[in-house]
Amino acid sequence: MTAVLQAQDLGKRYGRRWALTDCTLDIPAGHVVGLVGPNGAGKTTLLNLASGQIAPTSGSITVLGGRPPASPAQLATVGYVAQDTPTYAGLSIADHLKLGARLNPGWDDALARERISRLGLDPARRAGKLSGGQRAQLALTLGIAKRPELLILDEPVAALDPLARREFLQGLMEAAAEHELSVVLSSHLVSDLERVCDYLIVLVDSRVRLSGEVDHLLATHHRLTGPRRDPDRLPADQQVISASHTDRQTTLIIRTDTPIHDPAWTVSQLGLEDLVLAYMSQPAAAGRRPALEVQR
Amino acid sequence: MMWLTWRQFRAGAAMMSAALAVLALILALTGPGLADDYSTGIAACATQSGGCSNFVQQFRHDNQGFFLGLTAVVLLLPAVVGLFWGAPLIARELEAGTHRLVWNQTITRTRWLAVKLGLTGLAAVTAAGLASLAVTWWSSPIDKAAAFEFPRPGPVLFDARGIVPIGYSAFAFALGVTVGMLVRRTLPAMAITLAVFVAVQIAMPLVVRPHLLPPTRSTLEITDSNLDGISAPRDGGPIRAVLQTPELPGAWVLSSRGVDASGQTVREILLSSSGACAPPRQGRPEDGLTACFAEMKQLGYRQQVTYQPASRFWPFQWYETGIYTALALGLAGFCFWWIRRRLS
Amino acid sequence: MIEFHLDDRSGVSPYLQLVRQVRQALRLGLLREGDQLPTVKEVVAGLAINPNTVLKAYRELEHEGLVAARPGVGTFVTATLADASLAAHGPLRQELRRWLAKARRAGLDDESIEALFMTTFRTAAQEEIA
Repeated sequence: MTAVLQAQDLGKRYGRRWALTDCTLDIPAGHVVGLVGPNGAGKTTLLNLASGQIAPTSGSITVLGGRPPASPAQLATVGYVAQDTPTYAGLSIADHLKLGARLNPGWDDALARERISRLGLDPARRAGKLSGGQRAQLALTLGIAKRPELLILDEPVAALDPLARREFLQGLMEAAAEHELSVVLSSHLVSDLERVCDYLIVLVDSRVRLSGEVDHLLATHHRLTGPRRDPDRLPADQQVISASHTDRQTTLIIRTDTPIHDPAWTVSQLGLEDLVLAYMSQPAAAGRRPALEVQR
Repeated sequence: MMWLTWRQFRAGAAMMSAALAVLALILALTGPGLADDYSTGIAACATQSGGCSNFVQQFRHDNQGFFLGLTAVVLLLPAVVGLFWGAPLIARELEAGTHRLVWNQTITRTRWLAVKLGLTGLAAVTAAGLASLAVTWWSSPIDKAAAFEFPRPGPVLFDARGIVPIGYSAFAFALGVTVGMLVRRTLPAMAITLAVFVAVQIAMPLVVRPHLLPPTRSTLEITDSNLDGISAPRDGGPIRAVLQTPELPGAWVLSSRGVDASGQTVREILLSSSGACAPPRQGRPEDGLTACFAEMKQLGYRQQVTYQPASRFWPFQWYETGIYTALALGLAGFCFWWIRRRLS
Repeated sequence: MIEFHLDDRSGVSPYLQLVRQVRQALRLGLLREGDQLPTVKEVVAGLAINPNTVLKAYRELEHEGLVAARPGVGTFVTATLADASLAAHGPLRQELRRWLAKARRAGLDDESIEALFMTTFRTAAQEEIA
């Protein structure tokens, strides 16, 4: 399968601060990729690099085989819905669709109109008068009707109420199913992404802590509870993500590709949110270890 | 992209067009009458004994309000263009984040900027050109009448006539765009644009324009036209003559000073109380101060003047338009560099 | 046609929830042979879930021989679970009731009964696999 996004030692520095460092990724096509991390972890930087809004300080990035920042041909294949879903407040919805039609050779006008009417939006309405959810839907419509191969969304639902959030993700998933889009979307909340993404990247302190297919991540991470013991004495193929101890008990979150045979442990499955939180709260020193790339 | 630029710009363009149309209408209605008044007045006064100076003064006085108002319109227009078209052009997009919407359509940001700059900039220079053309035509009789008070190459009139408003407008627009791009907020960008533009517009006639071409120097004898007054103290002390800036038709006088025989600058000319300048003066009253002037000449007193003659109006217009256009192009070039390298 | 729903707190992965809901509908006779399942696009638009999740669930059902995909048309039910075994439910339920009564008489409370049933069920299932 071809990669939608490949990054090799990618880094971006603003002044003296590295917003992103040592980022190595290889995301296959056909996924809905969730990019999770606390605010300021470098999510927007990574997405801006991917869409060619900024140029890398170090390393390289290829998107759909091309190198952003880019030619019009590359721009046409990547859609981007920016944070806070900006729209022209003074222009009507119809104007926005016209803008899309004028500026994109691959514009799907029928799709755009159909989406707007299904959302029950009046095309004559000014974008400035729309609710946050409606504005997000308008920005999404522009992104989808451009008919890109990859659609990137930066915190698209952060500012939306739960209903608008659900409706937005419904529209996004429908488009992904219908047009076989690859999607990358970021959020600082895993719960926003849990249902929609099947590939996950966890970004903490400007570094990639974890990346891989969600099913595989869930299958290879376990919570072990048992009598207190030193986590260093675990088998070599079991990587400890987090450990906590009481005077009698030890609770570990580990990653392993092999079954756990030790009968002393009670093994339980992790939810995606617990898994991500384990990586996020991992001390920075542990994160320096190269995060293993998970591949099938 | 043309469509989007036009869609965003059309309100501003409509307002400017309406204002220019009103201006043109007023000027078209009043202009021919004004020119007639002037030519008939000049024809009539040419035969009168006192010459035309009374008529000219009267004519200027009668039309002064309108004349200054129109000049102000042309002076302000580039500033308006810079403030309301230039500064918000990019700053408003950056402020609202809409640049991220438009840059992710299938258009490079270079092309986006080129179309925006080109279309709006063209409108800016066209507006300034039309306004200047109309006002230059309308006020040409008054300009002739006001040539001494407002010399054509000097400040004020020069800035509001001919082709320089086009250069100013292009510069103000590019300045607004650049500042807006750097400051990223519309209101501060407008304020900074205004401050910088005003500073440049003041510095230009004070510092740069006098040196565009080496000024002409000439030495004048002291006559009626450059003598401000003579005072003779009652107690019989020396008589003092004070000079004033001479009237050189249409020239922009940069400096004038009185010098004595040795070439030293003198603030006032001191004359013997027994000489030709002492009251009561000899000779017939019509002779006036002829003998006194002769005495000053004999003593070696004269006036040195540096000025830019009226004939340099057009060369200066071209030079200055060229300078401003070059500045505008430089700023535009910087904008392209910045948008590709630094902006995100 | 059936409508899917998801329970985020169940701890069961979304794809498995979809599979179970189809099986349940087949057992209860809500879905019969020849019925069409909602298209991937419909499910996705309704639940705001990843299209691959739906595809995976449908593949699983296809693998079990319960449904078949007709390219370009949709996914259709090809088998039914509401078969003869439905008849056996009555007697089995009777036996289970008797067993429950016995357990209560032995002093087991609800939780203990459930735990006992589940552990026995799991052990039996594992023995079958092994």
